[in-house]
Amino acid sequence: MPVYYLEFIVVALGLVLLMVDAFVKLEDKRSLARLAILGLVVVFGLLFFVKAPATAEGGIWNFYAAPDKLSLFFKGLALLSTILVLIMAIDYTPLVVAQTANPEPGAHPQAGLGEFFALPLFACAGLMWMSSANHLVSIFVSLETVSITFYILVAYLRRNVGSLEAGVKYLILGALSTGFLVYGFAWLFGVTGSMDLAGIGEALAKEGVNTTAALFAFALILIALAFKLGAAPFHLWIPDVYQGAPTPVTAFLSVGSKAAAAVVTLRLVSPFLASTPLVGKVTAVLAIVAILTLLVGNLAALPQKNFKRLLAYSSVGHSGFLLMALAAAPRVSVENAMSPATVVGFYLGAYLLMTLLAFLVISSLRAAIPGEELDSYRGLAKRSPFHAAALVVAMASLAGIPLTAGFFGKLFAFQMAIDAGQWWLLAAALVAAAAGFYYYLKIAVSMYFSAPGKEDDTSAIRVAPLTGIAMAVLMILIVLAGVAPGVIIGLLL
Amino acid sequence: MSTLELLVFLPLVAALAVGLGAPARFTALGASVLVLCFAIFCAINFKTNLEGGMQFESTRTLLEMQGFPKLSLAFGLDGISLVLVLLSALVLLAAVWVAPAESSIKGNARLYYLSLLLIGGGAIGAFTATDLFFLYAFHELALIPTFLMIGIFGHGEQRVRTAWTITIFLGVGSLILLVGLILAVGALGATTFDVATLTALAKDTPIAAEMQSWIFLLLFIGFGILVSLFPFHSWAAPAYAEAPTPVAMLHAGVLKKFGLYGLIRLAMPLAPAGAEKWLNLVLILLLGNILYIGLVTIAQKKLDRMLGYSSVMHMGYAFLGIAAGNVIGVSGAVLLMFAHGLSIALLFGLAGWMRDQFGTLDFDRLGGIAKPMPKLGLMFGFAAFASVGLPGFANFAAEVEIFFGAFAGEDTAMTWIRWATIGALWGVVISAVYMLRAYRTVFMGPKPDKLTTPADLSWATRIPLLLLLVALIAVGFAPDLLNQFIRPAVNALLLGVAG
Repeated sequence: MPVYYLEFIVVALGLVLLMVDAFVKLEDKRSLARLAILGLVVVFGLLFFVKAPATAEGGIWNFYAAPDKLSLFFKGLALLSTILVLIMAIDYTPLVVAQTANPEPGAHPQAGLGEFFALPLFACAGLMWMSSANHLVSIFVSLETVSITFYILVAYLRRNVGSLEAGVKYLILGALSTGFLVYGFAWLFGVTGSMDLAGIGEALAKEGVNTTAALFAFALILIALAFKLGAAPFHLWIPDVYQGAPTPVTAFLSVGSKAAAAVVTLRLVSPFLASTPLVGKVTAVLAIVAILTLLVGNLAALPQKNFKRLLAYSSVGHSGFLLMALAAAPRVSVENAMSPATVVGFYLGAYLLMTLLAFLVISSLRAAIPGEELDSYRGLAKRSPFHAAALVVAMASLAGIPLTAGFFGKLFAFQMAIDAGQWWLLAAALVAAAAGFYYYLKIAVSMYFSAPGKEDDTSAIRVAPLTGIAMAVLMILIVLAGVAPGVIIGLLL
Repeated sequence: MSTLELLVFLPLVAALAVGLGAPARFTALGASVLVLCFAIFCAINFKTNLEGGMQFESTRTLLEMQGFPKLSLAFGLDGISLVLVLLSALVLLAAVWVAPAESSIKGNARLYYLSLLLIGGGAIGAFTATDLFFLYAFHELALIPTFLMIGIFGHGEQRVRTAWTITIFLGVGSLILLVGLILAVGALGATTFDVATLTALAKDTPIAAEMQSWIFLLLFIGFGILVSLFPFHSWAAPAYAEAPTPVAMLHAGVLKKFGLYGLIRLAMPLAPAGAEKWLNLVLILLLGNILYIGLVTIAQKKLDRMLGYSSVMHMGYAFLGIAAGNVIGVSGAVLLMFAHGLSIALLFGLAGWMRDQFGTLDFDRLGGIAKPMPKLGLMFGFAAFASVGLPGFANFAAEVEIFFGAFAGEDTAMTWIRWATIGALWGVVISAVYMLRAYRTVFMGPKPDKLTTPADLSWATRIPLLLLLVALIAVGFAPDLLNQFIRPAVNALLLGVAG
């Protein structure tokens, strides 16, 4: 089966969902989400049956790379995160309905809900396309497909001021970064005379390449990608948008959007790293951005009191580790070196598992506890040991404690920095990791050490079966990848 | 599944079972009895006539990737690990046994027993792992429940603060240690995390002297923080005083020994030149442990704090044995790890029981309880004698070996280490002073009027503690019971270093 069928199926599924929502009278629109999950699981299964085409030239293959392990891996990540986001969205439904319901008498009580389940599918198709994009135009189009879907999703709670504010901020800054990206692409085309990545790579590797213009193009593209990745100093939108957006959307932004940005960065930066005249300056710039991101993200997370805001800064911090792997990419093709693609892929895989686990807990608790402040999690260990245990696993992995997936993600990145002799980067990463220990542990502390306040609800909290299964599977995967990282590496190599 | 995999995963699987709803105390107790049986089985089948290599080895490769050292889930036992596994199994069983009944644990009994099993399983894993990653990771696995236990089930108002203090101290220690280990693996250019291969590499192609000195310093401070080396000791006494009794027993008795184990197993073989370079610093700090902390111990006014400081102080002797760097000194250090682990667990077990009964451990409010409670008095007396290092207890054999090892040598010149040994000898006097003073205040003399004495130790409390005491006396009278395992292993290790 040709690989691009997968994206078609996902888009078709989204359209079917919209049609069903419009023409079929559903009592409970959550069945739409269940339908979408079922469809995505099938597509996820199909991922293992795609074959590389005999000739990957001409026609669609000018815009779309033949499937390699990396692109399939990222397609898998996109599908997995969409499935989990939809599971979260089911739990989150009451809050969405409260903010979007049509007050007119006789209206369907869940009037505005259908699109909330359909839109993630379009974003998912964009993410999947992006992992195979090998042409500046298709990179741009897929990136915008995802961004525009996210503009809608972030502002989805239309009667909630926070959500609307987040939507506007995201839209304005997102549009600005798109401008930088296009301008960068224009310069890159001007320097290399080519729009597809292979051609760009060849042109950049030549001796007589105009380095000033190429570096200018690189700087513009890096600004746009740093915005999408949430790398300092272009991370300012992250905390506000993460806090304001509906929790499932925040999760999707923090995982799907970051994975996509990372894969695009990987593909766009690789030609620069492979070019002898440019590589020195490019790695220096990347290292500076990585150091800034590591320090800003992790140090700013320390005083946070809102859980989603804390996770927002932590997501900035994790972008720092991703960039660290890129900045420490081997200068010449050393025979015995880890490839940045493998490290970035593993890191993102681990990041997906642990971040989505954390967000699953938040969204499934949202109906039972008063808010998303850290104080609301007081005494959670007594009310729901399962949620608390899941959150401990997620936090341990985010902090990078051994025997969890997060530890190996960090270790690989550290190893690359050591191999490249990037000592400043290493020092910043150590500070970042140490700060991470503190603020992730703070959450475990508020769940286990503090008793619930007098006026707090102390009744037990139940877990929806689907959410419970998803959480258990994620916990097992985190520990499995933390003991035997070969499980994930095998999918990449 | 090999024997050692069973041994390591048994407590972990039991912990999972407890988490999923198995009866907590029953499962925990059953698992720890089985663990002790397995450990004894290993000791009986351990071949002492071999030249100190690893036995019961098993390896499962988990990751082979270009540019990254090979990772495998590998276990093995040599004499040193065997002794420490026996210690862990004994203390785990005693700790689970003296833990309060499920009904009397406020809040979450399941979490309580689950954590104990994780601490025990993590410690055993760390002592048997022959892969650097798992050696480190299993120790971390044991640390996290320790923090949680102190914060949730600890005594006193300050417990959350104490939990944070110990978390930050040990977290930073582990991080420093990790940096040192990564540097060492990188400097060796190793393609595997297998400790034996790393050691062999370090012998054949030693790391540059400058680098060795950095690596040793990082490892020494990292492991040192975990062992409460002076001046990084301030977490220890409050943590042990406020931790639930079984946790204090497990951490002070077993988990803390990981730092010493790491120094013997990793720091010395990987960076021998570094060890030589920093010898004087090591000697000064260990004297700080023995003499300064010894005096601090005398000044304590509460039994649990005093015991906490005494355990910090005794670590100084172990450092001295390691610093001696010869077979007798290092063997003495290993034997002391065993002896001290049992005696401090015994003391904390008894002190915990007393705190539950009297509601206080202030020296001012206790006194004269040996007469109404002779069994407690006798047990505590034995434990205190053991801790002081009276002949007949394992501690004596260990300390004598350490002093002999540290003073050994053909020439008559007074080297620094000999001066340090003379200084350390005074520690014996100091520990006699604080232990006997404590014994006199609590058990002898007039009984304060307000103090009501409960019933004496029941059999249920006595059995687990007697287990520890019997082991201490047995090894004290026949140190060769363990030395037959320790000596060849230490010999092989030191031969591997010196070349």
